Amino acid sequence: MSDSATMETIARLVPRGSRVLDLGCGDGAMLAYLQEARGCTGYGIEIDDTNVLACTQRGVNVIQLNLDEGLSLFDDTSFDVVLQIDTLQHLRNAEVMLRETVRVGRIGVVAFPNFAHWPNRLSVLRGRMPVTRRLPYQWYDTPNIRVGTHADLAVLALRSKLRVLDSFGIENGKTIRFAPNLRAGTSVYTLSR
Amino acid sequence: MIAAPQSMHFAAALPLQSGAQIRDYALSFETYGRLNADRSNAVLICHALNASHHVAGVYAGQDKSDGWWDNMIGPGKPLDTNKFFVIGVNNLGSCFGSTGPMHVNPDNGRVYGADFPVVTVEDWVNAQARLLDALGIATLAAVMGGSLGGMQALSWTLQYPQRVRHAVVVASAPNLTAENIAFNEVARRAIVTDPDFHGGHFYDHGVIPKRGLRIARMIGHITYLSDDVMNEKFGRQLRSAVSKTAAAASVGASSDAGPPQGGTAPPGGGEDTLVPSVGAYLYSTQEIEFQIESYLRHQGDKFAEYFDANTYLLITRALDYFDPARDHGGDLSQALARAGSKFLLVSFTTDWRFAPKRSREIVKALLDNRRDVSYAEIDAPHGHDAFLLDDPRYLALVRSYFDGIFKEIAA
Repeated sequence: MSDSATMETIARLVPRGSRVLDLGCGDGAMLAYLQEARGCTGYGIEIDDTNVLACTQRGVNVIQLNLDEGLSLFDDTSFDVVLQIDTLQHLRNAEVMLRETVRVGRIGVVAFPNFAHWPNRLSVLRGRMPVTRRLPYQWYDTPNIRVGTHADLAVLALRSKLRVLDSFGIENGKTIRFAPNLRAGTSVYTLSR
Repeated sequence: MIAAPQSMHFAAALPLQSGAQIRDYALSFETYGRLNADRSNAVLICHALNASHHVAGVYAGQDKSDGWWDNMIGPGKPLDTNKFFVIGVNNLGSCFGSTGPMHVNPDNGRVYGADFPVVTVEDWVNAQARLLDALGIATLAAVMGGSLGGMQALSWTLQYPQRVRHAVVVASAPNLTAENIAFNEVARRAIVTDPDFHGGHFYDHGVIPKRGLRIARMIGHITYLSDDVMNEKFGRQLRSAVSKTAAAASVGASSDAGPPQGGTAPPGGGEDTLVPSVGAYLYSTQEIEFQIESYLRHQGDKFAEYFDANTYLLITRALDYFDPARDHGGDLSQALARAGSKFLLVSFTTDWRFAPKRSREIVKALLDNRRDVSYAEIDAPHGHDAFLLDDPRYLALVRSYFDGIFKEIAA
């Protein structure tokens, strides 16, 4: 999901000049883009050594941390925006982290692979777990330990008493607002407390 | 790279945190690389307990005289002396050239000994700032240190926030825990209770409290390593000479194994072959039995040959006293509100003397103050010592950070 159209689509959800915390920031590309294109400041959180190095090479602030240990480093509402781009599906305590996201940030932007995208449904109908460009892993080696759908997150948000400010899908870099649960490989939510 | 030590004399009294002052003192230092035209590429390196101003390079004609951070600093190294002007300085009270307890007190013409004033991290930073003044350096591109050196780097950003652009704080802490002070106290008691210490005036008696220094070093050394690395290095291996003696003794059915050097090695036994620890005990409470004992004694002996007992007391005390949050009701975030620079912090997962969670406290306080900070937790097995070793992730990270600083300077 690192293609630039998708990145720009998500970046547009971040108000200019925001103070941003990017959970699972990878190589820091999104933060670097937000700094350059939208005048944002902030930090990335990463667990992986290679990604931490990539961030310092880009000049992006990065804190090496295991997100499953929580966000106790960060005070309530200490960020304008907390990003969780393709991170939620890797977390053991996904529900807690969703709440933490909107505790630390005024708004949280969550993007994750939508398991209900129609090619995935077809695959499961055929009796096999999907292996696609968006979900390129076999069932036995996938790092995606939380497999959910665009519709599932709406239910979880309600359960966790989070406000959904916006939600849509992204497919091939394009915003999908009609039937995103079926038509989009990526699900995006903007949430707040 | 050839290093050349220099010394600078300071006549004016330096007021110390204790209320005392020190005058007519000298600081030993070394510099590497070249100061650029706008004097913006200077990096100050702060040393920890037993290191010195000799940070990088070698002394002309002296083999094995590498500086203590030579793997980190030099031409083409992570802190590249082709790009930066690097300064190493020996702290006041140390025993490597700067004025210390073994020097003469100008007030009474006697060797300071135990009367050397207690110096703190803040005092050292003030002395370092005077050195930079004399060198014509108003602003540091970065200040960097590990362990106690990291405390000085942190303190720089609080005492001289306008003079530091970046701080690189490695394997450090915002203060010492009770356990950490406890280790220091055991080391100090070992020295002070050595009959050769003479209340700190042993120079007058022509002796050195080597027994105390050895034990202090042995304790320190244990805390710098991790359990895993110690086990990997030494495990339960018996000291080869000892076990060979024991083996010979058991063959000869002798009840008196004698000192380790006294036995005869079994035929064909190589000097360096470690004998498995099965069935070869000396059954002695005082001889060196295990390899780790031999190692610690060796480290202790080496240390007692070159380190000053009063310096050990002073420097461990400086560690104990450091606590920037103390003046702010223990609130580190409030204390670091003054910090003006950007930060890189690094810790090592197996470092239990300056544990990652201590570095995270600093990170949190900086985050609370919205400072630019990056933090890496290197998964290295070597304990506290890791900050001096060649972990490629660690070295690459520091390199990338200094590359960023260099770009900033050039911009």
